[in-house]
Amino acid sequence: MRGNADAHELIAPGSLAGVLELIAGAPGEWTPIAGGTEIMVAHAAGRLREKKLVSLWGLGELRFIEVSGDSIAIGAGTTFRDLRSNGAVQIDAPLLAKAATWIGSIANQSRATIGGNLVNGSPAADSSPALLVYDAEVELISIRGKRRIPYSSFHTGYKRNAMAADELLYAVRVPLRFERHKQYLRKVGTRRAMAISKVALAGTALLEGEAVREIRIAAASLAPFPTRLYQTEGTLQGRPLGSIAIREAQDALLEEAKPIDDIRSTAAYRSRVAANLLGEFLNELLAAEAHR
Amino acid sequence: MSERLIPSNPSISFVVNGEKRTVNAPGMKRLLDVLREDLHLTGTKEGCGEGECGSCSVRMNGELVNSCLVPALQAEGATIETVEGLGEAGALHPIQKAFLECGGAQCGICTPGMLMATAQLLAVNPHPTIGEIREGLAGNLCRCTGFKRIFDSVIAVAAGEMNAEMEHGTGGAHAG
Repeated sequence: MRGNADAHELIAPGSLAGVLELIAGAPGEWTPIAGGTEIMVAHAAGRLREKKLVSLWGLGELRFIEVSGDSIAIGAGTTFRDLRSNGAVQIDAPLLAKAATWIGSIANQSRATIGGNLVNGSPAADSSPALLVYDAEVELISIRGKRRIPYSSFHTGYKRNAMAADELLYAVRVPLRFERHKQYLRKVGTRRAMAISKVALAGTALLEGEAVREIRIAAASLAPFPTRLYQTEGTLQGRPLGSIAIREAQDALLEEAKPIDDIRSTAAYRSRVAANLLGEFLNELLAAEAHR
Repeated sequence: MSERLIPSNPSISFVVNGEKRTVNAPGMKRLLDVLREDLHLTGTKEGCGEGECGSCSVRMNGELVNSCLVPALQAEGATIETVEGLGEAGALHPIQKAFLECGGAQCGICTPGMLMATAQLLAVNPHPTIGEIREGLAGNLCRCTGFKRIFDSVIAVAAGEMNAEMEHGTGGAHAG
């Protein structure tokens, strides 16, 4: 342990209202810590710069999964163990349930929260591609009240997001209208457990005959933050799906992707693999249509 | 290590292996260090210190956690089980017996974490498939690469072989 536990203050107000008042009283001064699977790694390595931390762990007000009329609301403090074992998530947001099973290990899944995953803002975040292709919304909370924004506009840059200094992520809302969509999610990492993505790709699509009526494609590790691939989607929208359309979509992805070289992979590998994953998704769509 | 942000350490209470314990420790002290240094429960090992290897696995409120990633303050009020609570010399837990008899323990560093991950897996899923065993232990690394024998140990305990032996009082070393 290179970090110094004495050099940091951690407090637990014990209620959501208590946390919100604390951070509103000194905006930007307190760093929230939920399951600690990111912050404690930095702490052990002696590179945790934040001195004052406020615990969100154990706040029941942030740990819920509720199905309402048209969406499933997931509290920011919901762990990936909660997510993967929840029947409603498995049925209504299967890509999210699937992503939850491959985050870290069982021990990480029992501590890591969906809110932490999004606020941490890693370009490789495991839950993000699924949330993007489900058109999820995020709900932010402060003493001023709650507000909702599309998840697609939450990340604004590398490790930057649209939250004000006095806000917390309260919940994620996944609309319940993808039941008839074909859905796809695949992550490519070094090994199955514990590995952070080299690249991941998600998709939801609705075909009408061979024509693409609706399609959403999103990726992790192709940009400074998880993103929808709007240009790639645009080449497919309304078009009959076939080998030419698939190749053009893959070319569009290679154009649109802005990956980097880092310790986990290279930009060239990430782009190529993402294009291959897109090909797999689109060919699955085509095959499913042929068998109808 | 001279920098100090808070004047005094909070008092943190939790139940470890059935016993209520209270420590005065910085909130950001790792649960791993509280267990080992404050409570002298040195069965829990530190491997990587970054949540990758599972050597420090303990059960907290019925879930498996890496104790190196739990700040002490977040253990307030929790129920914690470490390898010391599993069994003891002369009265080994069936999981410990299985690891001994099947050769699931080699150098020993990963073993406490493997035992706790196995305890967690079997608490949730008493009859796991080999795939479920592999997934349940995927966060626990054995640098001796003894995974085959570790999985065999879990299979043996899940099949009730160790329980049967305990009941019949024939827990001798016949494997080999």
